[in-house]
Amino acid sequence: MVISVRDLITLLHGMGFGALFMLAFSGAIGVIYATAASGGIWPASSPHYKLFRFYLLSMSALAWITVLSGTYIVYPWYRAVAPAGTTDLTRYPRLLLLSNPMTAGWHEFGMEWKEHVSWFTPIAMTMVAVVFITYGPNIARHRQMRNAILGFTAAAFLATLVSGVFGALINVHAPTSGGPEIVLMGHK
Amino acid sequence: MERETKSTAGTANPDDVLGSLPNGLGAAAILATGIGSLALGLFTTAGDLWPVVGTTFNIWRPSGPLSGVSTGAVGVWLLAWLLLAVRWRTRNLRLRRINVVAYAMLAAGFLLTFPPFIWLLH
Repeated sequence: MVISVRDLITLLHGMGFGALFMLAFSGAIGVIYATAASGGIWPASSPHYKLFRFYLLSMSALAWITVLSGTYIVYPWYRAVAPAGTTDLTRYPRLLLLSNPMTAGWHEFGMEWKEHVSWFTPIAMTMVAVVFITYGPNIARHRQMRNAILGFTAAAFLATLVSGVFGALINVHAPTSGGPEIVLMGHK
Repeated sequence: MERETKSTAGTANPDDVLGSLPNGLGAAAILATGIGSLALGLFTTAGDLWPVVGTTFNIWRPSGPLSGVSTGAVGVWLLAWLLLAVRWRTRNLRLRRINVVAYAMLAAGFLLTFPPFIWLLH
């Protein structure tokens, strides 16, 4: 049982950082709601609040790691240009998708949208984390500030959903594989 | 931006004041996120519509124009955040208007990254 380095890093990008980030969304909504529902009674130094700060900062960091690894590690493999005369396009996912009218849409619509829309997420989640940390429990007393961070959290979720779904489906049709192979398990 | 600042500023509702800390810092972060989102959409569309813009955004060849589009949008977002924070840090603003403007810019940014919308503009 072997896995290529590109497969492994793509897996880390999507299922490691990206999926972990998606799973954390319900927690983020819970954190913001819990702060609001508390009516601002928790002091900024309380363990709850420290945990909430750490949670949102971790989400923001995960979002940055996901888009940066996607844009600067996985995407260059995806859009690699094949040397002239190449007939086997399995190592060139973009070209492989475009070579067939039945799969071209995965690039022209799916990847074109995914690669850009994913960048909304770290921008929005950084703002959410910073505003939450800056104002802390006082957010409970202010509906507009709370609405803004909930709204941008929801927008970040939508952007991540689009990126995650298209990323997974594109990788089914044209996986970014190649590079050195890592043996996970030998033959019995 | 000056006109926008004036229109969103003014006497804040007492509900807008967040403890002893003015809401200006939060307002700056929220509006800057809207500006950064709109910039991301505008850069994406411009890079797709005009090859010369796309070439300009190609600042790191392996990632192509995406490298410049994302770097440019992040730069605009951070710059807007810095400028607005410096300007609004001691002020209490009407957040409702700022939220509406930020949401509108976010929605426009989303639309401008949506491929079928870009195809319509070709």
